[in-house]
Amino acid sequence: MTEPFVQEFEARAGTATADGPEWLEPIRQAAMERFARSGFPTARDEEWRFTPIGPIVQGSWRAASGTSGELGREQLDSFIFGHPDWTTLVFVNGVFHDALSSVGPLPGGVRVASLAEALRSDGASIECHLARHAPVDGSPFTALNTALMREGGVVLVGAGVDLDMPVHLLQVSTAEAAGTVAHPRNLIVVERGARASVIESYVTLAPGRSYWTNPVTEVAVAAGAWLEHTRIQRESEAAFHVGLTQVDQARDSHYRSFSFAMGGALARHNLHVRLNDENIESLMYGLYLTRGEQVVDNHTAIYHDRPNCRSWEVYKGILDGRSRAVFNGKVFVQPEAQKTDAKQTNRNLLLSDGARVDTKPQLEIFADDVKCTHGATVGRLDDLARFYARSRGLSTSAAERLLTYAFAAEVAGEVALVPVREELDRLVFERLGSR
Amino acid sequence: MLEIKGLRATAGDTEILKGIDLTVRAGEVHAVMGPNGSGKSTLAQVLAGHPAYQVTGGSVLYQGRDLLELEPEERAQAGVFLAFQYPVEIPGVTNAYFLRAAYNEIRKSHGLEEVDSMDFLDILEDKLKLVEWEPEIMSRAVNAGFSGGEKKRNEILQMAVLEPKLAILDETDSGLDIDALRIVASGVNKLRRPDSATIVVTHYQRLLNYIVPDYVHVLSNGRIVKSGGKELALELEARGYEWLEEAVGVAS
Ligand SMILES: Nc1ncnc2c1ncn2[C@@H]1O[C@H](COP(=O)(O)OP(=O)(O)OP(=O)(O)O)[C@@H](O)[C@H]1O
Ligand SMILES: [Mg+2]
Repeated sequence: MTEPFVQEFEARAGTATADGPEWLEPIRQAAMERFARSGFPTARDEEWRFTPIGPIVQGSWRAASGTSGELGREQLDSFIFGHPDWTTLVFVNGVFHDALSSVGPLPGGVRVASLAEALRSDGASIECHLARHAPVDGSPFTALNTALMREGGVVLVGAGVDLDMPVHLLQVSTAEAAGTVAHPRNLIVVERGARASVIESYVTLAPGRSYWTNPVTEVAVAAGAWLEHTRIQRESEAAFHVGLTQVDQARDSHYRSFSFAMGGALARHNLHVRLNDENIESLMYGLYLTRGEQVVDNHTAIYHDRPNCRSWEVYKGILDGRSRAVFNGKVFVQPEAQKTDAKQTNRNLLLSDGARVDTKPQLEIFADDVKCTHGATVGRLDDLARFYARSRGLSTSAAERLLTYAFAAEVAGEVALVPVREELDRLVFERLGSR
Repeated sequence: MLEIKGLRATAGDTEILKGIDLTVRAGEVHAVMGPNGSGKSTLAQVLAGHPAYQVTGGSVLYQGRDLLELEPEERAQAGVFLAFQYPVEIPGVTNAYFLRAAYNEIRKSHGLEEVDSMDFLDILEDKLKLVEWEPEIMSRAVNAGFSGGEKKRNEILQMAVLEPKLAILDETDSGLDIDALRIVASGVNKLRRPDSATIVVTHYQRLLNYIVPDYVHVLSNGRIVKSGGKELALELEARGYEWLEEAVGVAS
């Protein structure tokens, strides 16, 4: 199953993935070797036991290669939100689309570019980050991405800069994406004392098509920096999506993530956050809405390596049809990481009899003076609340929609940036309205 | 307006209401009193259409319609409002949103246009004044983390906005401090109309000083064992319920 990828890698001379800076080539080589050696994960692999990746492994995939057709900005209207001045980089079937992208007014010290462009012009400034945060031996998918990555968004926010308008990295797949795989690679670096907000979206213009997106996003949050990172996954419900977000945080920094997933036949997102120094805060929120036969899998890992840090995690899911959700939340607290305050919650709401949830918190705590809690619930709509709403005039379906929305809104409300929060609200509403 | 005849209801296998007769005409206030567990809330919930209770006998006519045939939301749309003894918390939905949703559903059912959130704010402003409340309460989640008294006041705010024809207040006075009791009671009084009626379930004569009932009924063990004028409440306050239970020979 690995051969087609090895062949693609070897045959890439003269293509976009071949002409990077010199330092990158050995990294790609090592990643490819790593992937060729390990192959895809198997059912015996504990990390992938609940994730049915069979169709990816058995599929035959071509590399996604942009679009040959015309694509207008108005086709992206339903995916673009917020202020027109927001910087938006658009990628179509894995390839940067300059005409659809817009770079708004950016403060000095901020650089937003496509990966290929950044490798050409800012190679030196990303050398110490690209492929340094996400280890290729973390997963075969990450190795594959690293070997074959071609495009993605690069956001560099210089020390002390307050980037008051968010940057939106929008990955669009069209009908041409059918049967193809893209390996988007994003890099977000927020330097010392800077503040930024980045949105990463995966959307489709071909809702019924099957394709595969294999993204990796690396994030570095320097000392005293602040970053809100929203990930909106709205792939085709016939598509495969296996993504990693790898975050490194330095002293006194604040990182807040919101991982929203509603697309994919199989969609998995790994979020790994390393708290490398003291007094760090990490907030990780998630919301997944599934229906039909969808499988949505969230794996999170928080590494408390140093004392006096706080991590707070809430993932919620709303499941309909015969869909399935997997949640696995690891919290590692090293012996040195005293005074760690870690809380993890996973709550699931089942709207149908056929839906299923596998939820597994995994706390590995090696320090003694810590406060760590976790909890997971799987439940249904509250009968009493339903009656209460009906007694105020709401029909059963309106009452159920309201309560379901409420369940989601509780976590979506944690997004700091108001237009992003409103967009999430809208998406939830739209999905619930179509029930 | 409301005509209850021989109403019987069970929860699971237990019969709770054992034949209730009660007639309420437009413009009237009826107080329902009675010991704990006598079935007061059950009566209120059955009138609102709570699915946990099965009606096993009798009839309820509301404005000439068979009330028991209607879904809970249809009852609300027809003007029935129950202020819950234990209002329900709905985290994640603001009070404003919830109330506007309810308001609009009821408007829609009458063929009226929905109001947008700006127009609704105007409506709210007056109603908030009625219960002497600050607008901040509207951006909090419905009843979530509200104190006992705040929850009760919130029920009356909902009632003020929804303007029911038949309001059933289930122990809205319990948990209220003296000022809040006065505010809630005066709110209820201001909402009274010649074409509306109120049933107040209460344990305390005190509330009835503010909301003066035309009739007082005593519910005991699923039956109305005595009815009278407002002076009955005073007598109950002085003598308790035991004499009534003995008088009608109700086994407890
Ligand atoms: N859903 C239910 N399932 C089982 N029993 C119930 C249910 N609801 C009420 N009951 C029982 O029916 C009886 C009457 O309850 P109800 O709540 O109507 O009393 P009440 O008169 O309102 O009492 P209180 O003054 O304490 O509020 C009680 O014994 C109660 O335990
Ligand atoms: Mg009661």
